[in-house]
Amino acid sequence: MKKYVCGMCGYVYDPEEGDPDGGIEPGTAFEDLPDTWVCPVCGASKDEFSPE
Amino acid sequence: MKGAFEAVKISEHTYWVGAIDWGLRNFHGYTTNRGSTYNAYLIEAEDYILIDTVKAPFYQEFISRISSVTDVRNIRYVISNHSEMDHSGSLPATLMAANPEKVFASEMGVKTLSKHFRLDREVNAVGDNETLEIGGVYLSFLETRMLHWPDSMMTYLVQDKLLFSQDGFGMHLASAERFADEITESILLEEGSKYFANILLPYAALVEKALDRVSSLGVPIDILAPDHGPIWRKDIGKILGLYAQWASQKPTPKAVIAYDTMWGSTKLMAEVIAEGIERGGCSVVVHPLSVSDRSEVMKDSLDAGALIVGTPTINNEMFPTVADFLTYAKGLRPKNKIGAAFGSYGWSGEGAKVASEILSGMKVELISEPIIANYVPDLRTIEKCRELGALVAERLKGVQ
Repeated sequence: MKKYVCGMCGYVYDPEEGDPDGGIEPGTAFEDLPDTWVCPVCGASKDEFSPE
Repeated sequence: MKGAFEAVKISEHTYWVGAIDWGLRNFHGYTTNRGSTYNAYLIEAEDYILIDTVKAPFYQEFISRISSVTDVRNIRYVISNHSEMDHSGSLPATLMAANPEKVFASEMGVKTLSKHFRLDREVNAVGDNETLEIGGVYLSFLETRMLHWPDSMMTYLVQDKLLFSQDGFGMHLASAERFADEITESILLEEGSKYFANILLPYAALVEKALDRVSSLGVPIDILAPDHGPIWRKDIGKILGLYAQWASQKPTPKAVIAYDTMWGSTKLMAEVIAEGIERGGCSVVVHPLSVSDRSEVMKDSLDAGALIVGTPTINNEMFPTVADFLTYAKGLRPKNKIGAAFGSYGWSGEGAKVASEILSGMKVELISEPIIANYVPDLRTIEKCRELGALVAERLKGVQ
């Protein structure tokens, strides 16, 4: 599973870690994140991310 | 109780209660040749509402201005539009002195404030586009995440058609006058564009989105009150238009050359390239980085179509001032530029090549291989520099 980088703030979404504070279980692929999910650091939407 | 300073009334319900920092010359690495202001605002309606505070060392000036309107303990609500310490630094002391009923910030602001201060009270999150009726007025909130921090938001005072725009539309400019229409236009243009180029540039795409959003909301704005510099009350469309122009980063036929030198060779190359550009019919600004500050170079680069960087090679590396500038410039993510690197070396000669790679990584379109000169440029190298200048001008004329 690929890591994805936020184009706004540089946060890296690591599927192995997920985003527990945002309700995302470890092991969740970026593609499987809900469309409502936003960057936990800056709030950017999913479409601002690109593969690392 | 009156103190040394007074508030300035800026609209039917609002006073400016900020502080003027005449002596500021360096704002985290950004040279502020004309100082700055930290603007805070006090809304006077059925209750008193405070919008933002000031940098901590200016607390007394700020409290003195508030006290010219009312006792600080009469403040019932406090709104933090931005957690950065030039606006939140006096928040803990203000909350102690005023003991307000409620404190509001954006959702991210609640988190960010908790990481700055151990506030002994709850900060309430307000949502994007939420409107509160408090203290006899309506306040609407507009989240502006990453403009320029995650917590950033703007607050709109419906009754006065006044937008507290936080760092948006601000500039580092200390002045006795509070309104932009009282200040020489060229100064506003220079300091406003410098602020944009050094603070907001990485998020230019978000500025465009925010401007679209403000216009689609269709709310009338009579006054734009930023957290730094003068307040806009006339011709608001002009500053909105300038922001749209800066955010678009549309290149103009102007080049910026930033370089440093050890024994004058890279300097000579810079000046020959500059002359080539000028002869080619485009404008050019040369910044020797030994004396030109990084933030000045970025200001001049904002509307430039070309960024040309020169560095000698010292101990197999770029010259440190050039590395400093490129690190800074890279983070600000300028767009739509052509560029090239050049420089002198004694042995090895990595400097200009590394600079060229960094420019490429910044998505600057390289129009030439690095021009390098062994020790002192010979006539052939000087000719190459002149040709580079001509090529830059030729390419830039195409953007007119």
